[in-house]
Formats: sequence, C-alpha cells, structure tokens
Amino acid sequence: MNLRWLYLFLAIVLVLWVLIPIFLIATLAFSDRPSVFAWPKGLLPQQFSLETISFFFGVEGVWKAIRNSLTVAAMTLVFSVLLGAPAGYALARYRFAGADAYRLLILMTRAFPLAILAIPLAVQFIQVGIYDTAFGVALVHTALALPFAVLVTSSLFLGIPKELEEAAWTLGCNRIQAFLRVVLPLALPGLAATAIFAFVISWNEVFAATLLTLRERTLPAFLLTSLNDSPLPFRFAGGFFLIVPALIFIFVIRRYLFTLWGIANR
Amino acid sequence: MRSERYIPYVLILPSVLFLLFLFAWPLLEALLLSVRGSGGQWTLENFQRMAADLYFKDAVKYTLLLTVVIVPLQVVMALGMAMLLGGISKGRDLFLYVWTIPLGISDLAAGIVWLAIFTERGYLNSFLQGIGVIQQPQLWLSYETPWMIFLAVVAAEVWRATAIVFVILVAGLQLIPKEYSEAAEVFGARPWQRFWKVTLPLLMPSLQVALILRTILALEVFAVVVALGGRNLPVLAGEAYYWYNAYQNPGVAAAYAVIILGISVVATILYLRLMRSKQEGAA
Repeated sequence: MNLRWLYLFLAIVLVLWVLIPIFLIATLAFSDRPSVFAWPKGLLPQQFSLETISFFFGVEGVWKAIRNSLTVAAMTLVFSVLLGAPAGYALARYRFAGADAYRLLILMTRAFPLAILAIPLAVQFIQVGIYDTAFGVALVHTALALPFAVLVTSSLFLGIPKELEEAAWTLGCNRIQAFLRVVLPLALPGLAATAIFAFVISWNEVFAATLLTLRERTLPAFLLTSLNDSPLPFRFAGGFFLIVPALIFIFVIRRYLFTLWGIANR
Repeated sequence: MRSERYIPYVLILPSVLFLLFLFAWPLLEALLLSVRGSGGQWTLENFQRMAADLYFKDAVKYTLLLTVVIVPLQVVMALGMAMLLGGISKGRDLFLYVWTIPLGISDLAAGIVWLAIFTERGYLNSFLQGIGVIQQPQLWLSYETPWMIFLAVVAAEVWRATAIVFVILVAGLQLIPKEYSEAAEVFGARPWQRFWKVTLPLLMPSLQVALILRTILALEVFAVVVALGGRNLPVLAGEAYYWYNAYQNPGVAAAYAVIILGISVVATILYLRLMRSKQEGAA
C-alpha cells in the first residue's frame, strides 16, 4: 500500500516537471512588460495582461510567418498522406518482392541528420527556383514526415480485416470502390492522426526552414533568426505561441501516439 | 491474378521516387559539396577550413558531451517512467497524456521555455533569491559560464525529448507477454530481479531503437542551444548553420554536415554491435 503512494507521488512529480515550465512561459506570455522583467518573480502571475502577447502579434512579419508556417504545414500534411498512405496500403495488403528492401529504405531515412539534406537542397533549390518558397520547405518537411506516414498507415491498414474488402468485391465493388467505401471510412481516424502528426512535424521544424528561406520565413525560422535582437517579451510570447498547437494536437491524437511511435520504430 | 502483381509497385513508386530525390540525391550531393572547391575540383579545403576554425574543437567537444550526458539520462528516466506506469492503476491515461505532451513541443520552443527559467531575471534566480542563496540576479547564460549554458541545454533537452524514449519503451513493454514475468515470480524472483533478468533483456530491441534515434537527434542539437546560448556554446549543427547563413559558404557547411553524419553512422554501428552481443550473452 505504501509503495502505491510512492508511485503516485513520483508520477505527480513527473507531471509537475512537465507542466510547470509550460505554466511559467504561459504566465509570462500573459503578463505586462514590467512583470516580464520583474525581479524577483513569484511563481504565480501578478496580473493578467495581453500586453506581451499583443506586442508579439504586432511585430512586423509575425503574421506573415504564421501564414507561411500554416501553408508549409498544410502542404506537408497533404504530400505525406498522398505519398505515404498508398505505400502503407501496399505494405499491409500485398506480399511483394522488395517489400523488405522498401521497409529498410524507409527506416534508413530516419538515420540521417537533417543538416545533410538541408544544405545541398538549399543550393539546389536556388538553381531550380523554389528557394525561399513554402513549396520548397514543404518538400523537405515531407521527407521528414513520410517515413512516419508510411509505417503508421501500414499498421493502420493491417488492422482492417481483409475479409471486409473481399466481401465488398463479391458484392460487386471494384477495387477502388471497395477501398473508398469500406476501407477508407474505417481508416479515417488513423489517417487523420497521421496527417496531424505530419502537420506538427512541419510546424515545429526549424533548421531546414531557416536554411531554405530568406523572406518567406516560417514562424520557427522567423523566431530563430530574430532571437538575438528581440526583447525577452517577444521571445516568450513566441515560444508560448509555438507550443499551443502542439498541446491541442497531442491531445487529439493521444490514442494513436503509441501506434505512431511504437510501430514506426520497428 | 497475374495482372495484380504490379499493383504494390505502383502504390510505392511515388514515395520511392520522392525519397530518391529528397534523400538519396541530397545525401550524395552533400558529400560532393564537402569535397569540392569553388571551381569544381576535388579538394579537402573545406575540411581543412572547418578544422582550422576557432569554433570547431569546441563544437565537437560540446556536441559529443551533450550527447553523452543527455541520452543516458533520458533512457534511465524513460525506463523509470515506463516501470512507474506499470505500477499505477488510477489515472493512468491522464499521466500518459501529460508525460507525452513534450512530444509535440519543438526544440526552439523548449529552448525559449528554459530561457525563461535560466535568464538573468528568470525563475531560477528568483528561486535562489527566495531561499537566500543569492541577493542580486546572476548572469548564467553568458560566454563566461559555458557550463551553465550546458546545464540549461541538458535540462531543456531532458524535459523535451525524454517522452520520445518513453513512448518507444512503453510500446516495447506492451509486446512482452506477461507470462514471463509471472513465471519468474512463481520461481521466487524478486521485483528487482524480474526487472533485470526478464524485462530488461526482452526490452533490448526497443532500447536499441530508442538509443539510436535519440543519439542521432542529440548529435544534431541546434535550436535549443541557439535559444539558450547563441554561439557561446558552439555545436556542430549550429556551425553548419552559421557557415551556410552568415558566411555564405555551403562547402564548409556541408563538411560539418558530413561530420555529423559520420558520427551518427559510427554511433549506430556501435549500438548495433554492442547490443547484439549483449542480447546473445543474455540468451
């Protein structure tokens, strides 16, 4: 019985370890300028204010960066699902020569540092004319998200009995109809989780986004490049704003987290 | 049925083409970029310039040190969390959710969050003042105290990325049949022995994956460091960024990228070798 209390105590300590820093940055983001620079600071917010956060949104380029981030993330989402889901379906439903080699290729892509991709691509993108565009950044982000999309959708389709599809065939559906009417509705929640995951990967990525853009910065790239010459309130509000979608998305896909990471690492 | 044999290939083709263009080709291109001069001739000039740079030695040192400190910390902590989760019945889902929140937090955001704690008028100093250790705000994140920046980066990385290891390990634990542990219990194994002799060896594949993944990610640590210390704590990925962006020199930047890749590959091979022999030893 005592041991149970110890476990619970440790678990709560870990919850605080995760939540307190988030709470602190939220506190700073929603306080006025004097409280951001106050010394010494109390744990609890002194006074609720929108001064810091509205200052952040008022800085020139922030809205554009947010728009760029959303565009890039949306493109990444679409590309990864469109490229990844068919491959995942193939891995789940067919046994074909080269399937293992393909799996290996997918896993290998995870073992390469991003710097090795971003630098030559930046050079090439300048020549092709897609440097400093949302499309160019989205391509690199898709390369990051695609391995996840393939492996996760493959486990997703594996979980949908093949018999259902075959039954649809015997009832007169062709392959595409059977997929659209039987498999897709069942796979939709998992596909949505995959899509959200791709979105988050893109929303959070900073190294490639910084290297591949100049004026069309995504929000992380904009924040990173202006870190050194921006005041603390701007940085804190920006950091908080970066975290918010993550909190929502992780909540939405929490049921799929273990499929995402568990399977994706086998 | 013969006509169906091409279907899987048609389905995987787009992703294969995509990965060839955005993985295989840039990889090759990066290698070429690092060993070619501006005129296109073969040269080691980029690597020589990199090695002669003031920041190079520190960048190697701090990147490796960070990896060596952060990764084991995360694995031990994640293992503890995974075991802890097994001992909790009430509110298990809530703990799971909160513990995995950092999965969605970017490295840049994590760096900024911990900046709020370690900055001059931040929460750490306020706390230290509260318990009477200091009177005036201390400047921690300056070039004079790289070890304090180092500590802040370790804190931020452990805070942010332990969840990845945790999730991989929990997923691995779910695959281990309960019967093994129960059998050990029947034979009188104590909880600690069951953990060492049964659970841990069976968890080896997941541990291996977690170690490889986290090590590779730790070797390219970037935004956390920039947010907390700028260039006062040089790291390899940061140098690659500065050489590309500030110095406009893709060749040297590519050389840095190749170094990161080289260390990652060596680390991966080491893990595969070392942990295989361990598994065989356990069997």
